Amino acid sequence: MDTGQSKREFRYVGTRPNRPDGVDKVTGRAQYGADMTAPGMLTGAILRSPHAHARIISIDTTAAEAIAGVRAVITGKDFVRLDDEFTRDVQENCMAREAALYDGHAVAAVAATTPVIAKAALAAIKVEYETLPHVTDVDAAMKIDAPVVLAGRALETVPAGMSQNVTNACEFGHGDLDAGFAKADLVIERSFKTAATHQGYIEPHACLASVTTDGKADLWCCTQGQFFVRTLCSDIMGMEASQLRVTASEIGGGFGGKTTVFIEPVALALSRKSGRPVKIVMTRDEVFRATGPTVSSSMDIRIGMTKDGRITAGEATLRYSGGAYPCGTVEMGAQAAFAAYDLEAVRTYGLNALTNRPKEAAYRAPGAPQAIYAVESIVDELCQKLSLDPLAVRLQNAAKKGTLSSYGPTFNDIGLVATLEAATNHPHYNAPLGPNQGRGLSCGFWFNFGGNTCVSLNINTDGTVGVTEGNPDIGGSRASISLMAAEELGIPYESIRTIIADTNSLGYNDVTDGSRVTFSVGLATIKAARDAIGKMTSRAAQYWGIDADAVKWVDGSAVPAGSNAGKFPPLTLAEIAAMSPQTGGPIAGHHEVNVDGAGVSFGVHLVDVEVDPETGFTKVLRYTVFQDAGKAVQPDYVEGQMQGGAVQGIGWALNEEYIYGEDGRLQNPGFLDYRIPVSSDLPNIETVILEIPNPGHPYGVRGVGETPIVPPLAAIANAVSRATGVRLTELPMSPPRILKAMKG
Amino acid sequence: MVKVKLWGTLGQLADGQSEVEVDAKTFKEMLDRLTEMHPGLAPYIARGVSMALDGVIYRESWFQEIKPDSEVVLMPFMKGG
Repeated sequence: MDTGQSKREFRYVGTRPNRPDGVDKVTGRAQYGADMTAPGMLTGAILRSPHAHARIISIDTTAAEAIAGVRAVITGKDFVRLDDEFTRDVQENCMAREAALYDGHAVAAVAATTPVIAKAALAAIKVEYETLPHVTDVDAAMKIDAPVVLAGRALETVPAGMSQNVTNACEFGHGDLDAGFAKADLVIERSFKTAATHQGYIEPHACLASVTTDGKADLWCCTQGQFFVRTLCSDIMGMEASQLRVTASEIGGGFGGKTTVFIEPVALALSRKSGRPVKIVMTRDEVFRATGPTVSSSMDIRIGMTKDGRITAGEATLRYSGGAYPCGTVEMGAQAAFAAYDLEAVRTYGLNALTNRPKEAAYRAPGAPQAIYAVESIVDELCQKLSLDPLAVRLQNAAKKGTLSSYGPTFNDIGLVATLEAATNHPHYNAPLGPNQGRGLSCGFWFNFGGNTCVSLNINTDGTVGVTEGNPDIGGSRASISLMAAEELGIPYESIRTIIADTNSLGYNDVTDGSRVTFSVGLATIKAARDAIGKMTSRAAQYWGIDADAVKWVDGSAVPAGSNAGKFPPLTLAEIAAMSPQTGGPIAGHHEVNVDGAGVSFGVHLVDVEVDPETGFTKVLRYTVFQDAGKAVQPDYVEGQMQGGAVQGIGWALNEEYIYGEDGRLQNPGFLDYRIPVSSDLPNIETVILEIPNPGHPYGVRGVGETPIVPPLAAIANAVSRATGVRLTELPMSPPRILKAMKG
Repeated sequence: MVKVKLWGTLGQLADGQSEVEVDAKTFKEMLDRLTEMHPGLAPYIARGVSMALDGVIYRESWFQEIKPDSEVVLMPFMKGG
């Protein structure tokens, strides 16, 4: 579909206005999850399992309930057992029923008049556990005699005879692998491991729930999707959706980790039992122990290449663990693994195994960074051993329009080649390197998607505009939405204010995930603006006494469509809005849609590192991100997404990991021991935005939020491997691990 | 009739076929015919699948028209972060 957007000249889209939430955020006025209060509010607190795996024999809450100031105590028995398996998993992850499945699993909760009393009440709850054997490593969990985390959860495709922990199995690909590998001059096969990492959002989960005696409820929470929170919580609480209003606060980071619920049903249950509003704010320890990190992984990769750099075949076996409940993330990894390449023979197999770890939550491009790290590491090693230029080899094998993708469909217009060419021509690629330094690169890929979206756009009588949308603003979407409304309406950006609605004020909107918001909400905003424009041109036509189709919209005004329509001076939006009470009443535009056509996204990252041979410490010297954004609506935010993804990926590559002890307990649930990159660890992350329009969007927009976390793992690993002369195959590449590899 | 490519795992549940032909003009009709012809696919389809139609991924659009010469690929339901 050619929408002609590549030829369009934009007036507002593509500019860099100040962010509309900036003043609130730097002055402390913005309301985050923990900032909400209500009269008579109680403090909620959660008791968590100290065991990696234990049967709950009994929970005695008598002593806790007797403490003055304690208003409610609940356990898993306060929740109805649900029939739907997906929602039941979510519910039991919020509050264990028969067994605690990981260190930190919630087993009881209290609501009390003060935090001190709540803490004392937790200490007074007596839980009798029968500890059970546990398993936290994905490979160990797949052994036939491994402790079983949950029985009977294997999908139909899991081969017989596997451990009961294996829940998902998948396979993708095409072509004849044997023939492909036979054509290769060099075949490399290696195994890789990656640690589970946390999204590391600075704002912990927080919510305030208020349930009234007539069954209505309000819930304020920090979330990526207030509508999905309403769906989950109303199902778990046995409420009608209309009776539960959920309002999203400002959000201090999510990255996928706030796409589900952890404390919200608990707060609602405590509020219902106590008859008072209940606020729960997680500690950092709770965030690490009980909210979703990524999958951990173990992978075997085999790739063949000819002497002149043609990849002849690729094969990957991915073993992921999404913690204590079934998880299909491996399907995404298996599809993404070889997506950057045009291959005649490719096959990926994926398995998910249960472990005694917290339930996985999405994290930017879930499943893709791990698989692509392993594939891109082997591609780099093949280039090294065959003395080939790694960028030239990627260009030679790059997927392009007409390529049968490794996951099934044939690609349409995609931007990988342009992105690789931009990297090739960038001065970074040929800059000199010093001793102990290495340069690495990697391609990255993500699918992106659209989804259910609903937007209202109100024309105010003073000529300003309010846009109401339903997706929490994580990466600057209010600015992008306002820019697209300004572009379509032809009025200044500053005349538009975009707000995020609660669940009773707008139709259903999918979660802020899948890199969907600027794409989907932007598309719905453009169409809502066009709806409003249609109404405004009709009002102008009535005013002039001509047919509605004889009026068109130009630069923020209604004008006669041609000389035959008559001669009338333009009527501006403000003029039409001012007389709207006399011409038919308020003017608003709406659009509701389930958006498709998001368009896949590719990126290339280039990085230089220096590894200290004495300590194994890696310093990132230079980092450049190249990515196709389709059309960058507010380039500052696009660059922010590219930089943020790179920084998080650097953390995955070098430092971040969930470390479990022999007892199955998490050893590092805090930012002192779980080290995310800080400013002083990083160079300026340079960005190069490419704009290859997405035909599925009126302005050519593609999602940009997830792709940038995909390439850093391999880019850094390839740089470290070239700097040290030894191939690193396990993440994170912490100093001890690098030293060990260097010493053989 | 449209040809529907199944990802490897689903092929096992459709009598080992990696591509099946169904009489369908929309995404919904395609899912209904697949369920009727290959009951083993029913649980997967009920849990949610996506469709790539000429390279464009559709997640839920039941009434999306499918032309006889279109490339149709059944995919797992997409999720993101």
